[in-house]
Amino acid sequence: MALSQNEVLAGLAEIVNEETGIDTESVKMEKSFVDDLDIDSISMMTIVVNAEEKFSVKIPDDEVKNLITVGDAVNFITQAQG
Amino acid sequence: MQPILNQYKTTQFSRIYSIGASRGDLVVTNDDIAGPIDSSDEWIRQRTGIITRRRASKDQSLMDMAVEASNQAIERAGIDPNEIGAVIFSTISHPYQTPSAATMLADKIGANPAPAFDISAACAGYCYGIAQADALVRSGVAKYVLVVGGEKLSDFIDPTDRSISFLLADGAGAAIVGPSDTPGISPTVWGSDGSKWESVSMTDSLLDFRDGLVSWPTLRQDGLTVFKWAVWEMVKVAKEALEVAGVKAEDLSALVTHQANIRIIDELVKQLQLPENVVVARDIINTGNTSAASVPLAMDQILQDGLVKSGGLALQIGFGAGLAFAAQVVVLP
Repeated sequence: MALSQNEVLAGLAEIVNEETGIDTESVKMEKSFVDDLDIDSISMMTIVVNAEEKFSVKIPDDEVKNLITVGDAVNFITQAQG
Repeated sequence: MQPILNQYKTTQFSRIYSIGASRGDLVVTNDDIAGPIDSSDEWIRQRTGIITRRRASKDQSLMDMAVEASNQAIERAGIDPNEIGAVIFSTISHPYQTPSAATMLADKIGANPAPAFDISAACAGYCYGIAQADALVRSGVAKYVLVVGGEKLSDFIDPTDRSISFLLADGAGAAIVGPSDTPGISPTVWGSDGSKWESVSMTDSLLDFRDGLVSWPTLRQDGLTVFKWAVWEMVKVAKEALEVAGVKAEDLSALVTHQANIRIIDELVKQLQLPENVVVARDIINTGNTSAASVPLAMDQILQDGLVKSGGLALQIGFGAGLAFAAQVVVLP
């Protein structure tokens, strides 16, 4: 069964926390991965791969650059779950 | 009556007898190269792990480094160069289309008239070479094989390129492979994925350069695509290499990966769930990314620093442009 937006956000926050140590509470929809959370491109790719595994979705490499905010990623994953 | 052909008498096992190393004579810091890419020492260290990279001066050629590394490997192996039955040189930076770098090298080190040829498998090239040397020795074609991975990549970089040039360095690593009483080189897990041919490549063809259409071709990469492939696909390759070798991660003394980027190495270690007692080669910190030379240089570094002992097992894995990859478990010389 597809996860809700809040469930995806919570799961993504755990992945971000594991990769970067950032508190899960700080991973909010409006936060920018680069500007607010200071996540570099390599960490972002690690987060993307872990999210692909966790949510059983495919996030194409070309799509990663469009995932500016946490909300962008949550929305993409939510829709990709079909 | 038609005679029955002779064929080579096979040898059951092979091993690496020795490693030799040569690095570029210049120590290039991050501050030395940060200007043209609008970067900083801190940014480069954080993204790549590199503190310094070794590059060759104008007076130090690829062949100079290959000869130095080869002579060291021959001396450490305790063999006579005229016993070398084949010379395999993996390089992407030999500046002549032909003849091969290997033929010149064979002559310079006293292995003339050994068969000699180059292979082009970029950062996987040394491990490709070890696979071929293992096959040549065990099939009886050659008693000893010299495998060299060598690059002068600084001839093919663009100081303003932020994708790969700032990682690259110069050096040569050499190994002598020969017959053994016990197994010393596991089956190689190797392959390529030409669908990602453009992920790491030269900017343009030499023909377009000849015709004045483009500037001097240099190396480029799509860093994120390569990072993803280098970690999550190479984890599968590494695990398969352990499986076909019949060993487990905890049996290893060392992991020696291609020294592409410390973030790739660290993520591979994490994904492989390597026990903490396994020594992980991180020669990239002081040497940089030397493509085909990086695996033997990194292995030499952990051996010379006394971090691992002769006789231990090392998983070595090379991966890069092509995208080509090769992994095998070897007994440390």
